[in-house]
Amino acid sequence: MSEAKQAETTLPDDAPVDLEAELKSSNVQEVLDQLDRELIGLKPVKTRIREIAALLLVDRLRKKFALSSETPTLHMNFTGNPGTGKTTVALRMAEILHRLGYVREGHLVSVTRDDLVGQYIGHTAPKTKEVIKKAMGGVLFIDEAYYLYKPENERDYGAESIEILLQVMENNRDDLVVILAGYKDRMDKFFHSNPGMRSRIAHHIDFPDYSPNELLAIAKLMLAQQNYRFSAEGEKAFAEYIPLRMKMDHFANARSVRNALDRSRLRQANRLFATKGRNLTRNDLITIEAEDIMVSRVFDEADKK
Amino acid sequence: MMTNPGNRLTQGQFSFLPDLTDAQIAAQIKYALKNGWAVSVEYTDDPHPRNTYWEMFGMPMFDLKDPAGIMLEINNCRKTFPNYYIRVTAFNSSRGVESPTMSYLVNRPKKEPGFGLSRQEVDGRSIRYTIHSYATDKPEGERY
Repeated sequence: MSEAKQAETTLPDDAPVDLEAELKSSNVQEVLDQLDRELIGLKPVKTRIREIAALLLVDRLRKKFALSSETPTLHMNFTGNPGTGKTTVALRMAEILHRLGYVREGHLVSVTRDDLVGQYIGHTAPKTKEVIKKAMGGVLFIDEAYYLYKPENERDYGAESIEILLQVMENNRDDLVVILAGYKDRMDKFFHSNPGMRSRIAHHIDFPDYSPNELLAIAKLMLAQQNYRFSAEGEKAFAEYIPLRMKMDHFANARSVRNALDRSRLRQANRLFATKGRNLTRNDLITIEAEDIMVSRVFDEADKK
Repeated sequence: MMTNPGNRLTQGQFSFLPDLTDAQIAAQIKYALKNGWAVSVEYTDDPHPRNTYWEMFGMPMFDLKDPAGIMLEINNCRKTFPNYYIRVTAFNSSRGVESPTMSYLVNRPKKEPGFGLSRQEVDGRSIRYTIHSYATDKPEGERY
């Protein structure tokens, strides 16, 4: 838009503006509602996303009065235990930022160390730059970002990659949003050795672990998405299963729930095969019974203790 | 009679128009990306029209969604070769096409000396015509 036209569209100082209408026109409410529906729990995460959405909407209104402000930095850092929904939220983030007009395309480029760091001298910079160029206009999601920096090996090329990232995060703020993700303790260590990275990230969002009730809700949601459901006893059995599984090693929140459900689907199929000579109904095919869950190894190990 | 004042090189798309602004270049790149073409940046200091293969400035860029990444490369190239011809090429890789579908200049030297017409007498009174860029009288790298 040319200067003259910009001046024309500027509203007078006392013109009323409608935040409600602006919210509607951006369709962002729809995404936020979807977030509420499909993501169980994660209170702090949702609050922060709402805050960011509000800031961007207000910024849009301010632009109408030609109250220019610098583009806010939206680089983010997601920390949390495995299976707490970091990747899922990052995907949604791209969508939300796109609707608010902060990023132009709204695609998500998900990378890990392998995609950024090269294998020999002079390989890293072009590789990192290529990934950055692909992510421009969208969101660059770096999973397990702490692997980028390996302090024990001083000849590691990760540092070079970080340097390029830092430069782009500062200079091309309107072109892409960088989201780092990883486990809390290791990310803290990573930021400790890369203070420049920490200061360039405005939003540090911690993903809390799910409570047993939330996990049950997640399980039901997952089953519904695959056209399954629990029987009443099945649900009770799974509610018993969750706290037992949470006490065991390698518990990965929603991911463990998904794996448990996959196994119970396996057992359900097996059970249906075993009941030969009986005609199956649609109901049989979609119902997960208590026995599909009770045979789990988790219950055995709990008994032993 | 001067039909082409300033001896502006007219090669590729839009070359008879005034130079494209960055916003216009970005819009053209956007069109190429929308069609799924791979965009690359090339440069040369030999403006002869039959000089088809220019030097590549980095690899062709596949799988980009937004022109910002390519604008970055164009500006890098302009900084490195301010007095060269720089063009942007869009390559369509779909089977059966597999060739550049767009190509336009995004940078030209400040002073373009243009082309001279040379005549060669052959086979009695026959004459062969060819064009010759004044710039290429000098060695590569010193032309503009």
